[in-house]
Amino acid sequence: MDYFLTEEQQMIVDIARQIADDKIIPVRAELDEKEEFATEILNDIAQADLFGLYIPEEYGGFGGSCFEIVLALEQFGRGCVAIATSFAASALGAYPVLLSGSEEMKQKYMPDVASGKKKAAFALTEANAGSDASGIQTTAVLDGDEWVLNGTKQWITNAGKAQIYSVVAITDRSKGARGASMFVVEDTDPGFSCGPKEKKMGIRASATCELIFKNCRIPKDRLIGREGMGFITVMKTLDLSRPGIAILGVGLGQAALDEAVTYAKQRVQFGKPIISFQAIQHMLADMAIEVEAARALVYGAAKHIASHPKDMSKASSMCKVFATDMAMKVTTDAVQVLGGYGYMREYPVEKMMRDAKILQIYEGTNQIQRNVIGQELNKEYTKKI
Amino acid sequence: MNIIVCIKQVPDAKDVRLDPKTNTMAREGVESIMNPFDRHALEEAVRLKEQHGGTVTVVSMGPPQAETVLREAVACGADEAVLVSDRAFAGADTWATTYTLGKAIVKNGPFDLIICGKQAIDGDTAQVGPGLAKRLNIPYVSYVRKITGFDGGALSLQRLMDDGYDEVEIPLPGLLTVVKEINEPRVPSLKGKMKAKSLSLKTLNAEDIGADPDSIGLPGSTTQVVKVFSPEFKGERAMLEGTVDEQVEQLVNKLGTYL
Ligand SMILES: Cc1cc2nc3c(=O)[nH]c(=O)nc-3n(C[C@H](O)[C@H](O)[C@@H](O)COP(=O)(O)OP(=O)(O)OC[C@H]3O[C@@H](n4cnc5c(N)ncnc54)[C@H](O)[C@@H]3O)c2cc1C
Ligand SMILES: Cc1cc2nc3c(=O)[nH]c(=O)nc-3n(C[C@H](O)[C@H](O)[C@H](O)COP(=O)(O)OP(=O)(O)OC[C@H]3O[C@@H](n4cnc5c(N)ncnc54)[C@H](O)[C@@H]3O)c2cc1C
Repeated sequence: MDYFLTEEQQMIVDIARQIADDKIIPVRAELDEKEEFATEILNDIAQADLFGLYIPEEYGGFGGSCFEIVLALEQFGRGCVAIATSFAASALGAYPVLLSGSEEMKQKYMPDVASGKKKAAFALTEANAGSDASGIQTTAVLDGDEWVLNGTKQWITNAGKAQIYSVVAITDRSKGARGASMFVVEDTDPGFSCGPKEKKMGIRASATCELIFKNCRIPKDRLIGREGMGFITVMKTLDLSRPGIAILGVGLGQAALDEAVTYAKQRVQFGKPIISFQAIQHMLADMAIEVEAARALVYGAAKHIASHPKDMSKASSMCKVFATDMAMKVTTDAVQVLGGYGYMREYPVEKMMRDAKILQIYEGTNQIQRNVIGQELNKEYTKKI
Repeated sequence: MNIIVCIKQVPDAKDVRLDPKTNTMAREGVESIMNPFDRHALEEAVRLKEQHGGTVTVVSMGPPQAETVLREAVACGADEAVLVSDRAFAGADTWATTYTLGKAIVKNGPFDLIICGKQAIDGDTAQVGPGLAKRLNIPYVSYVRKITGFDGGALSLQRLMDDGYDEVEIPLPGLLTVVKEINEPRVPSLKGKMKAKSLSLKTLNAEDIGADPDSIGLPGSTTQVVKVFSPEFKGERAMLEGTVDEQVEQLVNKLGTYL
């Protein structure tokens, strides 16, 4: 389907597609097998100017919106969700600074993020604070001209690979949700370190580790925005970033569909290509419908969010749930279409199925997204009635 | 360092077919691409520019459609593009091609280095690089697989050989032809693509480069393609029987008839 992209948007798609086809797809299986971070490919993405897509021109970026980054992420997701996640997590780490940071802070950090010279990461989750962020234990205490951070963050994407970390810490526990703040921590700050690499089911070429803060001292001006604004910044960040996760589902679903149709045309059983069996045809048809429906919803939501409306959350959550549930189903069906060959690592669909699962979990589980959508509906209809 | 990269537009190798009646290449409906070796030439030039400063100018002789590969080269880091195009250039062999490219390059201005691909995947002669160097009276090194150093006046290189590589040095201005091992070409950048869209190409025709009409195109070509054909595929098979020794003897006898 033609979505009538502008010439510039089409350029972004073309470049990202070429990176996926020429650089990512030939090595994705090997990187997955070796659980190796795709440093070179991220450098290729940087060289192609795509790290700056969503960053304003005054900070060295392209000045696009969350729709432009969605276009690039769709192609990367088609190539490999692990590599796409590493790319997306840098944006996730940069959004808090862009949304709530001071002018000086943006000047200081954004040009290097836009050029891809430095990567960012976003650190909210802890062992006892997953869906429920109120369980955060990490604290930040002002001591003279420095904040002192203590605590441990868990499962942080790009840990050890990023130079800039947007970290949530409690600054005043008595204030509840208004007692959390966000800080920029640099990889070289004293008292900061990363834990060992987690062993994961999928997206194995992405880096996921703990962040450990032991009397980690950072200058006072590393506070992002004002004290107590931490959760507000987190919510705004996730509203902006979720279409990016949603579109990874679309890219991944498309990749699985491509593999399944190609295979079904070639595989002969009972004297016929299996695509001639209606059971297979209907499965492929459903996959195609669902991928396209998800794409249309994510593009729509991303464009809505790019217009800076007040009501971002519902659209953001809806597209995340729909597209990532779709990716799980479509990749599972792709394995079914390929049968036993689909289950073998020799073919790419088993990795796609393993990679799909994370999309339903991170950046807020799909249950939590449904909670958000339900609450928003409740609010909307209270106003109407 | 001011670098010229010679780029040829060629039919996509996946699609090459010969018209069995006319024995010419069927170009209709065949997609044109940048000669793959020239991508590596361009990448090396852009890397040299990034390290040592200067400019990269891409030059192509060909029909107006060759503009596409020149713009693609700009998207991948070239600064300027020159299209050498004239109906009178049509039918050029390597002799006429090197004459024309040489004239165009001199007309374009001073340079320190010219980089060509090892060969074009359609013509396949690998003559244009060395021929061009001869026309311009500059030294050349072909099959370059690595640039190991630059001291301001000369480049240190590795030249790929069948049994290893040679270490050679070339004073500038000079010309290199490169093999694929030299680098991994980059994909276009967003800024590059935007520049490629708006950049106005420099176009030079026969008159602009002051070409002698008898030295260009078909009249200037000393070679003529008399016949082009696909070799017939002979899929003969023979199974040898008997003990291993007997089979070996049969094989030796059979092979002997070909010697
Ligand atoms: C099927 C076929 C058969 C041919 N047979 C002959 C023949 O027998 N004898 C003969 O003399 N010619 C022949 N030609 C013509 C010859 O290909 C071209 O005339 C010549 O322009 C380029 O030679 P090449 O393609 O072998 O390039 P090569 O010498 O293989 O190319 C080396 C490099 O030179 C540069 N280069 C080549 N052409 C251009 C260009 N037009 N613009 C810019 N840079 C360029 C590129 O950097 C390229 O990588 C034939 C062409 C075809 C299609
Ligand atoms: C590979 C990977 C990368 C990650 N990267 C990052 C990162 O870069 N930065 C970061 O901060 N975090 C990151 N995370 C953490 C991720 O965001 C959390 O795992 C996620 O938010 C869920 O938290 P949890 O795992 O603790 O699950 P829990 O919150 O313990 O949930 C367990 C189950 O209960 C359900 N559940 C919980 N509460 C409710 C409720 N109220 N209603 C209905 N169902 C509920 C959940 O949906 C889930 O099914 C990453 C995680 C992984 C696995």
